[in-house]
Amino acid sequence: MSTHTSTHLTPSNPVYRRRRMLNRLVMLFCVSAAAFGILWLLLILFSLVTKGITALDVTVFTERTRMTGGGLGNAILGSLIMTSLATVAGTIVGVAAGTWLAEYGGQSRLANLTRFINDVLLSAPSIIVGLYIYAIVVLPTGHFSGWAGVAALSVLIIPVVIRATEDMLRLVPNTLREAASALGAHRWWVVCKVCYGGARAGITTGILLGCARISGETAPLIFTSLNTNQWNFFDLGSEMPNLPMTLYQNMTINSFIPRQVELAWAGALILTVAILVLNILARVIAERKKG
Amino acid sequence: MTLQSSGKTFAYARTGANTMNTMTRSMSGDDVSTTATSTGSAKLKVNNLNFHYGDFQALKQISLEIPSNQVTAFIGPSGCGKSTLLRCFNRIHDLYPGLRTDGEILLNGQNINDKRIDIHLLRARIGMVFQKPTPFPMTVFDNIAFGVKLYERLSSRDMEERVEWALKKAALWDEVKDKLRKNGQSLSGGQQQRLCIARTIAVKPEVILLDEPTSALDPISTGYIEDLINELKQDYTIAMVTHNMQQAARVSDVTAFMYLGEMVECGPTDGIFTHPEKKQTEDYITGRYG
Amino acid sequence: MLLDATPGEQAALRREHRRDRFFELSTRGFALLVLVLLATILGSLIVSGWPALAKFGWGFFTEDRWAANLNRFGALPAIYGTLVTSAIAVAIAVPVSLGIAIFLTEKCPRALRRPLGTTVELLAGVPSIIYGMWGVEVLAPFLQSHFPSLFPAGTGLTTAGLILAVMIIPFITAITRDVMQTVPPMMRESAYGLGCTTWEVTRHVIFPSVKAGMVGGVILGLGRALGETMAVTFVIGNNLFFNPTITGQGTSIAALIANQFPEADGLQRSALLALGLMLFVITFIVLALARVMLNRMDQRAPK
Repeated sequence: MSTHTSTHLTPSNPVYRRRRMLNRLVMLFCVSAAAFGILWLLLILFSLVTKGITALDVTVFTERTRMTGGGLGNAILGSLIMTSLATVAGTIVGVAAGTWLAEYGGQSRLANLTRFINDVLLSAPSIIVGLYIYAIVVLPTGHFSGWAGVAALSVLIIPVVIRATEDMLRLVPNTLREAASALGAHRWWVVCKVCYGGARAGITTGILLGCARISGETAPLIFTSLNTNQWNFFDLGSEMPNLPMTLYQNMTINSFIPRQVELAWAGALILTVAILVLNILARVIAERKKG
Repeated sequence: MTLQSSGKTFAYARTGANTMNTMTRSMSGDDVSTTATSTGSAKLKVNNLNFHYGDFQALKQISLEIPSNQVTAFIGPSGCGKSTLLRCFNRIHDLYPGLRTDGEILLNGQNINDKRIDIHLLRARIGMVFQKPTPFPMTVFDNIAFGVKLYERLSSRDMEERVEWALKKAALWDEVKDKLRKNGQSLSGGQQQRLCIARTIAVKPEVILLDEPTSALDPISTGYIEDLINELKQDYTIAMVTHNMQQAARVSDVTAFMYLGEMVECGPTDGIFTHPEKKQTEDYITGRYG
Repeated sequence: MLLDATPGEQAALRREHRRDRFFELSTRGFALLVLVLLATILGSLIVSGWPALAKFGWGFFTEDRWAANLNRFGALPAIYGTLVTSAIAVAIAVPVSLGIAIFLTEKCPRALRRPLGTTVELLAGVPSIIYGMWGVEVLAPFLQSHFPSLFPAGTGLTTAGLILAVMIIPFITAITRDVMQTVPPMMRESAYGLGCTTWEVTRHVIFPSVKAGMVGGVILGLGRALGETMAVTFVIGNNLFFNPTITGQGTSIAALIANQFPEADGLQRSALLALGLMLFVITFIVLALARVMLNRMDQRAPK
């Protein structure tokens, strides 16, 4: 019996060899897939940095966009204005709605439906949101405007914030809610003082990630804020310059002008770095809370 | 012996100093002559309380009295309903849907299950401390001020005094007086639990409910809390759930033994631990099951 | 007053009760905004796309060219392009993402696991226009010079599919890795304890228990590819005639809208909005399917 077992378990056992072979093949595939995927992504980052850095200088930030030459100053400012306003609006709506879902909605049919629709809107194509705002804001008012851009970006960030708020409030242990209620506090006070206190870091992370997402959105701005070569400080009633649209135009209709293409890469680098910084900041906040 | 005890009343009332003798019990199903000698000194009185989680009946026809300024301990194996009963006293169950209570719980003679009762005010009258310490994510000071601010408008001077008073009462002042602006969650487990007790006291309730207050603590912190419970009964009526029989024997005046959602036996702690009337109680106390 | 409430307490109770009610009602109002949003998106697209739909009827979906100057608007080239590019993207991205996810959870050295995982997640956040720019500046010229017979212009449906694949790889990888990590270590260890190889553990223990979540992640990636605009517009070629090859130039719904909308008017604009409505309906169905799968996963995931 014992001899049988030992031959059975030697490495030369054909069944075992076949299994080991298959495992090696699959693992080889996994490692090469990882290498392949990461290589490709590194290539993109490499082009982005090398092409972007050559065109980068101070005038990129200080000069406005022009038909030829110029900088990206007005586009960066316009993007900052629209993104911040949309983030503020999205935060107010998103946190409130997420609070209702987590604290009051429970498993009611209305809450479940809202949750489901929100999850779908979370990944709905951004171009649709642009068309939507075009149909309900730009068409009635008769012109493209910064406000329309802000509205489109808000619609994109709201589902992100709702999801983050609900998830984070659900992580607050029920014992804390019970403890606060046991002192005689009303529900709203429990939520505002205790639950938000515990969920603050997580909600902030969600807002930052949402902000990162909308800062790079291009498609919805084509139909809403459009773009302009002028400085536009706070006149949201008219067309608003913005970075993503400038990249798009420089790479398409203006791509015959080499300087515009260079500027587009510089803008792409600035945009990507800004988004990475937001992402990293979000992660740091989330990590610090955990640790 | 069967477990059929519906309709029975286990009453224990205190008259003056001679607590042990005036107590009346009715134990057998036939003998329903309930003698609640002096309802006046019963802080809480429970009449035929039933409680359902959905289809599951967690409490069956519970009746008892909780005497004023004493410590009443609820013991019994896990799942016997002792925590559920405690949580009926401040209606914390109302936070969740699908739970149903019927029967009466009288606080100073008023039924707290009455529709007209405001549960928020009820909870200010009947405080609760939980199994695990539950400091809020805010400073030590704000943790205590939180409950006070709900019903009282105090000047900042008065608030500081109130916080100090509560922390002293909870025997925590000396340890945290320099940490009042630190986050409450940065304290040690034992300190956190005393912070929760201080927070409850600060609201000046009449009754304090303790749900296994020391189960998450080390023996030294447990000792502190037990001393504290002894102190607190001067001013408050205390009802506590414990899974630790030695603790029930050490700190309580009255002990109630529950099993499978029913009240098996309730009486002075000395009596329960030395001469239990029921065999189930004896089995549990001597460790035959649980 | 019950419970012997003092006048101060009564006032406090009344005040708090009012605020409580206000808080609940206002947050509920904001939550209902989500439903309003969906309803108005659908409503506005239907209303503004109706003139075109009414004029062309079913022909809108079968007409094989989009010619604004002739007032002929057929969605077939765009529908075909959208489906082909997304299919190419998913066909490439799924095996690669699975490979990366298995590598990250099972084979990757511990020291590299976190940095690599974080890199993947960060790459999922790079805006799509960057992928598009890279596609037109680097990938398309590369394909044109190395495979001139297949890619005479460099751009085309396959180029767009490749770019989309690169774009959704980090996305699918991140979701797959997340759901694979929900498998309790005990289950994995007991399978290894029987002498299973890494692949056998993955194939027979991990995959079956997270199947729904992985399929959900893949469909979510598909939804993203279907509706992606910027990464595609640059490299798809913008050929408005139906071209039933997979390497040739074509267009997609999103690219067509982005390209023509700024100059569109009247019937053309209505036709583009009708296209948008179609895209929304398609992605809505796909995303709803993904959510159903992921939610089923969530319910089973250990808390």
